[in-house]
Amino acid sequence: MELQAVLMAAGGGSRMTDLTYNTPKPMLPVGNKPLMWYPLNLLERVGFEEVIVITTREVHKMMSTDPKTKLDIKMKLDVVCIQEDGDMGTADALRHIHQKVKTDILVVSCDLITDVALHEVVDLFRAHNATVAMLMSKAHEFTETVPGQKGKKKTAEQRDFVGVDQSGKRLLFMANEADLEDGLIVRRSIIRKHPRMHIKTGLVDAHLYCLKKAVVDFLAENKSISSIRGELVPFLVRKQFSKMTSGQKRMDDTETVDQKNDGLTNDDLFFPSRDEALLQLAQERSCWNDHRGDMSEAYHGGKLRCYVHIMDQGLCYRVNTLSAYIEANRMVSHMWFCHRSAHFVVHPLLMLHFVFHPQMGSDSMIGAGCHVADKTSIKRSTIGISTTVKEKVKVTNSIIMHGVTIEEGCNIQGSVICSNAVIGRGADLKYCLVGNGQRIEPEGDTYSNTKKSILLEVSVTFGLV
Amino acid sequence: MQIEGKELTKEEKQRLRKEKKQQKKGKEKKDASLPQVSVAETAAPASQLKAERRARQEAERTSKQSKKGDTGQPATTSKPKIPPNELQPGTQNTWSDHPHHMLYLIKQWLSPEIFFFQIPRRLDYGYKVSLFSHLLQYSRKAPLTQQLSIPSAVIHPAIVRLGLQYSQGIVAGSNARSIALLHAFKQVISDYTTPSNEELSRDLVNKLKPYISFLNQCRPLSASMGNAIKYIKKEISNIPSQFKEDDAKKKLLNCIECFIEEKIVLAAKAIAKSSIEKINDGDVILVYGCSSLVNHILCEAFEKGRKFRVIVVDSRPRLEGREALRRLVQKGISCTYVLISAVSYILPEVSKVFLGAHALLANGYVMSRVGTSQIALVAKAFNVPVLVCCETYKFCERVQTDSFVSNELDDPDDLIVTRKGETQLKDWQQVPRLGLLNLVYDVTPPDFVDLVITDLGMIPCTSVPVVLRVKNVDLL
Repeated sequence: MELQAVLMAAGGGSRMTDLTYNTPKPMLPVGNKPLMWYPLNLLERVGFEEVIVITTREVHKMMSTDPKTKLDIKMKLDVVCIQEDGDMGTADALRHIHQKVKTDILVVSCDLITDVALHEVVDLFRAHNATVAMLMSKAHEFTETVPGQKGKKKTAEQRDFVGVDQSGKRLLFMANEADLEDGLIVRRSIIRKHPRMHIKTGLVDAHLYCLKKAVVDFLAENKSISSIRGELVPFLVRKQFSKMTSGQKRMDDTETVDQKNDGLTNDDLFFPSRDEALLQLAQERSCWNDHRGDMSEAYHGGKLRCYVHIMDQGLCYRVNTLSAYIEANRMVSHMWFCHRSAHFVVHPLLMLHFVFHPQMGSDSMIGAGCHVADKTSIKRSTIGISTTVKEKVKVTNSIIMHGVTIEEGCNIQGSVICSNAVIGRGADLKYCLVGNGQRIEPEGDTYSNTKKSILLEVSVTFGLV
Repeated sequence: MQIEGKELTKEEKQRLRKEKKQQKKGKEKKDASLPQVSVAETAAPASQLKAERRARQEAERTSKQSKKGDTGQPATTSKPKIPPNELQPGTQNTWSDHPHHMLYLIKQWLSPEIFFFQIPRRLDYGYKVSLFSHLLQYSRKAPLTQQLSIPSAVIHPAIVRLGLQYSQGIVAGSNARSIALLHAFKQVISDYTTPSNEELSRDLVNKLKPYISFLNQCRPLSASMGNAIKYIKKEISNIPSQFKEDDAKKKLLNCIECFIEEKIVLAAKAIAKSSIEKINDGDVILVYGCSSLVNHILCEAFEKGRKFRVIVVDSRPRLEGREALRRLVQKGISCTYVLISAVSYILPEVSKVFLGAHALLANGYVMSRVGTSQIALVAKAFNVPVLVCCETYKFCERVQTDSFVSNELDDPDDLIVTRKGETQLKDWQQVPRLGLLNLVYDVTPPDFVDLVITDLGMIPCTSVPVVLRVKNVDLL
């Protein structure tokens, strides 16, 4: 077996608590499918047959019981439940399943929605015998107005600095702005080996990693690393250029010169594959080099290599903020037009009572079991399963989750309405976020341009504003 | 009847595939069937049509047979589950009566690999120059792995990795490719388990067949690789049946290591020893491209203390000479670097030409990197001796007198170069009747080669068939 897939679905969704306080993040509906479905579908399409899913007990229960969040995945899912206390990082989770890992692994995050050709990432991993291969994508500006935000908010997001070599494939440098105190420090060893380095900041990390088995073994022994993205990958990228200590030369304990805070040698991470000598022989005889201009052999003789595939076209979203969630809902309907297989935009079990046709734009998605009355207008929206939309309702640019009732004459624009909410008759909602099970009074008028109008579990019913 | 058969095959195939899958899962506990299905489904439509056509042919054949009466059924590979007698009683069995049985039997008679699993084919890319239109031309941007499932279960991961490395050029050069191939085969053999009711000597060879065709799709096999494969297949078939699996595997791994040690490593040492006699102090040696053997010889000679300098001749688009230059300069040899267009200017200085070979053909022709024959020709015109260094395992029984009949076409996009931000050939595909030709090999006639240095000694070019004959006698 070549690769084992691991899906990390235990994240809390800490950056969009408005949506996730009730529904766990992997189960949030995007385009009427739970968020988890997208990475699982990607893995299934590519040919995986088994996935190890690391998730919480709550999500596991929802996966198996709740019909609304049914995953129609044909693969075998090996669910590993971990505690929800939130202290377990992604690397800790990998340590937890260390026994199950028998080969190299492909780690995917549950909030990744992408249509990348996965073979591009895996080919880098295979061809160069890399230690880690990851996926990144050029970030797109989110253009939709997010409910509950004053205009176009620019969060003080910490920038990621990613340095790649001339070919754009080899990962030389990775640091987050938060870790850099004075400025960007690039070690001389990197510059000496790769005099031309491109540093990019506008990239979105897709949290899709191919890791060698040796890395998982290494994690099992080094309990100090708790996050893959935050600690492990930057560590591996740094380790590419640290001095190799050859075991024979320095048998004594004066190895502290090279290992400042790591306490590890490069050789620990590099577990020689079978017949290493033969591979070396083949490499020596081959007239290929990955760089030119200096006297060193291919890969500068380094055994630890990190590669990255940067997508510039195609979809790649990480749904971990509200704006990303809304954007993903929009884009998902586009994805399904590209796919020949299945997905009805308007579900066949939709019951339409109509005398006049309800107007539905072709970029809307309506779930199963919905009742949509006539004289409604639904544009660029996603409507979940078992919702009821009465007459004369205008829904534009919104996301309506499952089990919602929208009484007649409502006007909903640019909003997110969570499950089981009830929108009273004649309500007018613009750019709002309505939490789970809330009721909006009839004739309610809600604007969010000037103030936050987010309704939570324990809030008051909303009257006229 | 034909149309009927076609319709039925398409519908029934799905169901029967599922049945077969379940059988296989129960029998062998392998996951081979599911990815087989997915590969078959994602394979080019041509392969599906081929399978259907074959199924139709078999069906017609069996219906003819059933009409004649039942004599022993030709059970080719696996055992038929349903006794064919079921088909017989009295009435005429046509497609419409027993479509299920027909297809089921067909699947029993044809070996599963032929019916289900087809190695996906790479698609041809770009306009091909008419003289070479019989050769295949691929683009590096469309790797074969696109059409395979990612955790490759049908093809061993070591082979997939090797195929990728071949097609991307990470492993290039005749010796390197052979060593990498044998290394991958070692992994395959170590991971191999004999299925029940099968013999290792026969089954392992069958297992290797799809891998070899996969590698061939990634990059056409070289003569050295072909000889290595022949050797392995012979060794596998010669395993006596009473050997236990572990012993057999150990023996095979040992054979592979011996092959590499004898035919490649030791041969290189022997050739270096012979060649050093030919290198005198004060020599100016011309080499072309990057031949691992020639580099080895020069480094050895330098270590032994010979004083010489080297002229490295290079050519586009591969520019392999840069790598040769790096290796020689790293050793301390003083080198000059020119492009092949300057070879006639530099030849008056040269005292010897050392060339590497990809293969030596049975009529004495030398098959090597494109440009070699040109250098040999110019050297002949200047009366400079040309010495070709080649191990005996690269000797090939093919006969070729020109470079057209059998060659390899590389990615045509490699010829496109960007200078000062401008790429003139960017839209070469839009220009009608413009073809980019990126040849890889050419053949040098034996008149231009003065000596061939092999591990058997220094022989003239025309003695190659003698060596081949002697080798074949040994093998028998």
